[in-house]
Amino acid sequence: MSAVVFARHAMTPAERLRDAGWVAFVGLILGIPLVGLTTVDVGGRLGVETRFGLLAAAVAAVFAGRLLLRWAIDQARNRKQERDRASTATAADRAHGAQRVVNVLGWVALGASIALPILFSDNRYVVDTATTVLIYVMLGWGLNVVVGLAGLLDLGYVAFYAVGAYSYALLSTQFGWSFWEALPVSGAMAATFGILLGYPILRLRGDYLAIVTLGFGEIIRIILVNWTEFSGGPNGISSIPRPSFFGLDFTRSAPEGSQTFAGFFGLEFSPMHRLIFLYYLILVLALLTHAFVSRLRKLPVGRAWEALREDEIACQAMGMNTTNIKLSAFAIGAMLGGFAGVFFAARQGFISPESFVFTESAIILAIVVLGGMGSQMGVVLAATLLVLIPEFGRNFAEYRMLLFGLAMVLIMVWRPGGLLAHREPTVRLNALDKTAATQEAAR
Amino acid sequence: MNTPATLLSVRNLTMRFGGLTAIDDLSLEVPAGRITGIIGPNGAGKTTLFNCLTGFYKPTTGTLRLAHPRRGEMRLEALPSHRVARDAQVVRTFQNIRLFPKMTVLENLIVAQHNVLQRASKFSIAGLFTLPGYREAERQAIERAAMWLARLKLTHLADNAAGDLPYGIQRRIEIARALCVDPVLLCLDEPAAGLNPRESAELNELLLYLCGELGIAILLIEHDMSVVMNVSDHIGVISYGRKIAEGTPAQVKHDPQVIKAYLGEDEEEDVKGGAAA
Repeated sequence: MSAVVFARHAMTPAERLRDAGWVAFVGLILGIPLVGLTTVDVGGRLGVETRFGLLAAAVAAVFAGRLLLRWAIDQARNRKQERDRASTATAADRAHGAQRVVNVLGWVALGASIALPILFSDNRYVVDTATTVLIYVMLGWGLNVVVGLAGLLDLGYVAFYAVGAYSYALLSTQFGWSFWEALPVSGAMAATFGILLGYPILRLRGDYLAIVTLGFGEIIRIILVNWTEFSGGPNGISSIPRPSFFGLDFTRSAPEGSQTFAGFFGLEFSPMHRLIFLYYLILVLALLTHAFVSRLRKLPVGRAWEALREDEIACQAMGMNTTNIKLSAFAIGAMLGGFAGVFFAARQGFISPESFVFTESAIILAIVVLGGMGSQMGVVLAATLLVLIPEFGRNFAEYRMLLFGLAMVLIMVWRPGGLLAHREPTVRLNALDKTAATQEAAR
Repeated sequence: MNTPATLLSVRNLTMRFGGLTAIDDLSLEVPAGRITGIIGPNGAGKTTLFNCLTGFYKPTTGTLRLAHPRRGEMRLEALPSHRVARDAQVVRTFQNIRLFPKMTVLENLIVAQHNVLQRASKFSIAGLFTLPGYREAERQAIERAAMWLARLKLTHLADNAAGDLPYGIQRRIEIARALCVDPVLLCLDEPAAGLNPRESAELNELLLYLCGELGIAILLIEHDMSVVMNVSDHIGVISYGRKIAEGTPAQVKHDPQVIKAYLGEDEEEDVKGGAAA
C-alpha cells in the first residue's frame, strides 16, 4: 500500500482511483471511532450514538480530496518534466539560477529583519523572539565554519558560547569592563579554548571527534557548576551590565553626570528602546559574522577548510599543513561562538550553567545540518524554523517537542541534504581567462 | 644518450608492518628529467614505496635522498607528508582517485596552490581586505590553473563539481592538480587504470610532454604495459618488496626473472600486452 500512496512517478487514472480508495479506507477506519461514534447523555447515563451519515460524507471528502491532490501533484510533476526537457540549460546554469533565488531571498530577509522592530515596536514578544533567532543564526554561522566547511563534527560547540558569556560576565562584574571592551577579549578567549580543544583531537575524525567534543562541552559546563568561587556555581552570575548606546544607558533615570538614551533624544522612556537596541546590535554582529565567514570562504584558508572536509589525505599530498587548517577552523568557529555568548550574557543580564547544556549544542548542530552543510542562507532558514516551531508549538503544551521532532524528521525525509544544499563555487573561470588560457596552450 | 643527474636515490629502503615486510632492502635511482617506470605484480609493494616517498609512511630503515635542483639535498624520510609536497616538491596522485569531489575543477587546482596563496594572503588579513598584493596572487593562481586546464583539455569543465565527472576525466584532473603544486618529481600511481585505449594514448603524449618539454621527472607505477613500455626511459621491477630487475623497457621485457614473477601470478595479460607493445 505504501508503494501506492508514496509513489514517486506520475499515476494513471486507475492508479489514482485505487490510491484514493486506499486513503479513504484508512480514513474510514480512523473515522469510525472519531466521527462515526459519539457519546450522548441518555438520562444521566452515557450512551453511544452512531453518525454514519457524517462518516460517509467525511470518507467521501477524503476520497475526493486525495484524488484531487494526486492529480495536482502529477500535473505539477509533468509540467516540471516538460520544462526540464524543453530547456537547454546545463546543470551549472540551473545551479546559477538557484543561487540567484537564494540571493534574492537573502536581501528580502535582510529587509524584513531591518524593518521588523519598526513594525512591531510595541510588541515585546516578537522583538524578543527575533533576537533569539538572530543569536542562533550567529551561532549557526560560527559552527558552520567547523562543521559545514571544515567537516569536523563538533558536538560541544556550546562550550565556546559559555566561554564567551562567562568572560564578559566576569570582566564586566569584576573589573568593570564595558561591553565593547570585553567583546574582542572574550572572542579571543573563546578562540584560545578552541585551539586548546583542537590540539588533542587533531588525529581524530568522525564519530571519535564527535565524542571528544561532546565531552569537552560537558567539562566546561561541569567546571562552571562546581567552581563556585570562580563562576558562582549553579547560582550563576547576575546583574551583568547591559550594553549602552555610545555611553547612553537605557534606564529610566541616569546617574549623576550622564544621560539616558531617552533623555538624550528627547523621547519618552520606554523599556522597548533597549530591546530594539539589542535586536539591532545582534543584527549587526550577525551581519558582520556573515560578511567575515563569506569572505573567509573565498580565501585560501576557506578553500583549505572545504578541501579538508572533502579529503584530508589529498590535502597533505598537496602540501597543506592540515594541523594549521584544523586549528584555524576551531579557533574561528569558537571565536564567533564567543561573540554570540557575550551578546547573550549582555542581553540576559544573568547567566548560569543551565543555559549551556548539551541540548543547546544539539540545536545549533541541527541548525547547520538542517540548513545544508556550509550554506549560509540555509542556517538562517533553519534557525528561524527551529526557534519558531517550538514557539508556535506552545499551544500544544506537552506535545511541543513531539511536534519539533516530527518537523525535523519530515524535513530530513523531504530534503536529506538540508534545506539549501546547493554549494556555490568560490571562484569561476570567466570567459576571458578561458580564451587566454586556450591561446596560451595552443602556443 | 648522456646519463642525467640522479634526482632521487632510494637506498636500502625497508618497510615493515608488524611481521609483514612490504618493502625489503630496496635501492633505486630516479634520474632527473626522465620517466622511470615501476612495475610488479599486485601486492609487490609499489604503492607502499610511494607512501614512503611522500611521507605517508615512515620507512623502517633506509634513506630517501632528493637532490632538489634549487634547494639542495633533502631527506624525504624525515619530512612529514605536507612538507614533502610543499618543500621538496615531490607530488603524487593516488591509485583510487582522491579529488575534492564537491569542489569545482578550478577550485581543486587552486587549492593545490594553497601555500603560495596563503603566504600572499598574510594570515588572511590581506585577503580579508582584498589588498592589491593578494588580488594579484589570486589572479596568477587562476591563470596558472587555467593554463593547466587548457593543456589537459579540461577548460570547458572548469566550473563543474569534480566528483560529478567521468572517471577518465577525474584522472586527468588529478594530474592537473598535482602539476599546480609545481613538482620537481611527479609520482603517478596507476594513472592509466580505467582509461580506454584512446585516453591511454593521450596520457602517453602528456607524460612525454611533461618530461620532455618541462623537464619534470616522473615516477610511474603502471599496470598498463602500453603506457609504461612506451614512455619509460627506465623501468624497475618489484616483486615481494624486492627489486628483481632493472633496465630499459626492452631489457626488462625479456628478463627471465620478470617473466617468472609475472607468470607465477595471474598477470599473463600484462606480459602479453607488453610484448605486443
